[in-house]
Amino acid sequence: MAFRLRQKGYRGSITMIGDEVWPPYQRPPLSKKYLTGELARDRLSLKPAETYEENGIELLLDRRVARVDRAARRVFFDGNDDNSLDYETLIFATGGRPRQPDDLGDTLPENIFTLRAISDADAMRERLAPGKHLLVVGGGYIGLELAAVARKRGLKVTLLEQAPRILGRVACSQTADYFRHLHTENGVTLREGVSIESFEGPEQRPSFVKLTEGDEVSFDVAVFGIGLLPNDTIAREAGLECAGGIIVDGWGRTSDPDIRAAGDCARLPYRGDMIRLESVHNAIAQAEHIADDIVCPGGPSYAPVPWFWSDQYDCKLQIAGLNLGYTKVVTRPGTKPGAFSNWYFKGEEMIACDAINDARSFMMAKRWLAVAHRPCPELICDPSWDLAKF
Amino acid sequence: MVKIIYVEADGTERAVDVAEGHSVMEGAVSNGVHGIVAECGGACSCATCHAYIDVSWLEKTGLAEGDEADMLEFAHEPKPTSRLICQIEVTSDLEGLRIEIPDEQA
Ligand SMILES: Cc1cc2nc3c(=O)[nH]c(=O)nc-3n(C[C@H](O)[C@H](O)[C@H](O)COP(=O)(O)OP(=O)(O)OC[C@H]3O[C@@H](n4cnc5c(N)ncnc54)[C@H](O)[C@@H]3O)c2cc1C
Ligand code: FES
Repeated sequence: MAFRLRQKGYRGSITMIGDEVWPPYQRPPLSKKYLTGELARDRLSLKPAETYEENGIELLLDRRVARVDRAARRVFFDGNDDNSLDYETLIFATGGRPRQPDDLGDTLPENIFTLRAISDADAMRERLAPGKHLLVVGGGYIGLELAAVARKRGLKVTLLEQAPRILGRVACSQTADYFRHLHTENGVTLREGVSIESFEGPEQRPSFVKLTEGDEVSFDVAVFGIGLLPNDTIAREAGLECAGGIIVDGWGRTSDPDIRAAGDCARLPYRGDMIRLESVHNAIAQAEHIADDIVCPGGPSYAPVPWFWSDQYDCKLQIAGLNLGYTKVVTRPGTKPGAFSNWYFKGEEMIACDAINDARSFMMAKRWLAVAHRPCPELICDPSWDLAKF
Repeated sequence: MVKIIYVEADGTERAVDVAEGHSVMEGAVSNGVHGIVAECGGACSCATCHAYIDVSWLEKTGLAEGDEADMLEFAHEPKPTSRLICQIEVTSDLEGLRIEIPDEQA
């Protein structure tokens, strides 16, 4: 957002406040190539440090905003109250924090992790030694990616999913079936519909879990990938309308016209629903849309074509659209071995596509969604019908 | 360091030094070259790092293959010289590589 504002000619001062010690960085590699060690830390940065100064953007790192006084248009930092900053426009881009396991207290034991920041990945990586046993709790994309990385590094992996199946919230059963098979084939013990009753062993270093089914699973390291909670506390305490995320309109405006919100922390209108989007694409696109509106108001409302990707083993998953409220799924065989795509329909309308090793279907779906084209399910299922010829 | 010349859509030429082992995309992003979005950060998943390779360099960079070629087929104005530049690793024999950036990404 800050860079887009400058690019569009914004002349006011810009201050970015972040409570981490690193300048803004890419999170997706944290559960992928950063954790395997293929990508070094300096390559995670979104921009080189000097470009902030070059663009007149003041970066305040390792500083936490504790509260906002809307009447005075001022934010206060953690610590003493003299420490504050005035604003004309305030943007919440506070992201989210991993949902924590209920029964392990405020500070997690030393061998149990959640993953959001570089510091989490660093601490975890130290313990992911070959031969150790990793317990992954949660069968969403982050949990599955972690299982794949750990198998690559030679760990034994057990993944537990409480719901009847993995990817329950985000994908259809056809996509879930594929990933179940992929992980099982790669040596992951994957158990669905099981819950943890308790962590057992030393308090600071639990060594096994008791399951509600009665059996036990031992582990050396455990990681929870059980969802994200939006960082909306400060906004809520400042009296902004929040409901599992900061409520915004199609221009990122909160219930206070001087305050906007973007990215993982915002709940925004999307095709008649109010949703949160946890993706890099949305974090960039929504922020840029807001920046454009600040510099030059009056444009159309934000209408994203959401998209997401996940890398597991040698499999490339690309998702276009959002399958919210789908009523039917059809599968299109790909043109290469191991490639296929699942297309979601809501009534007659194509709303999303999970493309597995099938970049062509992904690209086509994304383009169709952008122009609200309604492809016919029968044609999609027919591999002899060339997408590109459309 | 290897010198890469990026030609932005409006014709501006940017010659920058990029570390060996990094991708041609990283060279563009970390030097603020306009027109390379690189949403996926090099995972070959977004097709927003599309650029055209100067014909004389194609032998050294190679042509797009596999997933990369599949995605390029649907990129904005693909040409035979199109590449997703996150898939090109900077090596010493690319010294002076010249690439042109389209006016739009996918
Ligand atoms: C392991 C992992 C893998 C992922 N993989 C993918 C993927 O493959 N594809 C994809 O599209 N997306 C992926 N994501 C999601 C993606 O990274 C997020 O959607 C994106 O980072 C959201 O950006 P944001 O700016 O909204 O929030 P964030 O990146 O969370 O940034 C918010 C920042 O604000 C700081 N902050 C919060 N409150 C305060 C405060 N009071 N004071 C000061 N600073 C504060 C936070 O510490 C944080 O640094 C992944 C995320 C993780 C964690
Ligand atoms: S950066 Fe996404 S495909 Fe190159």
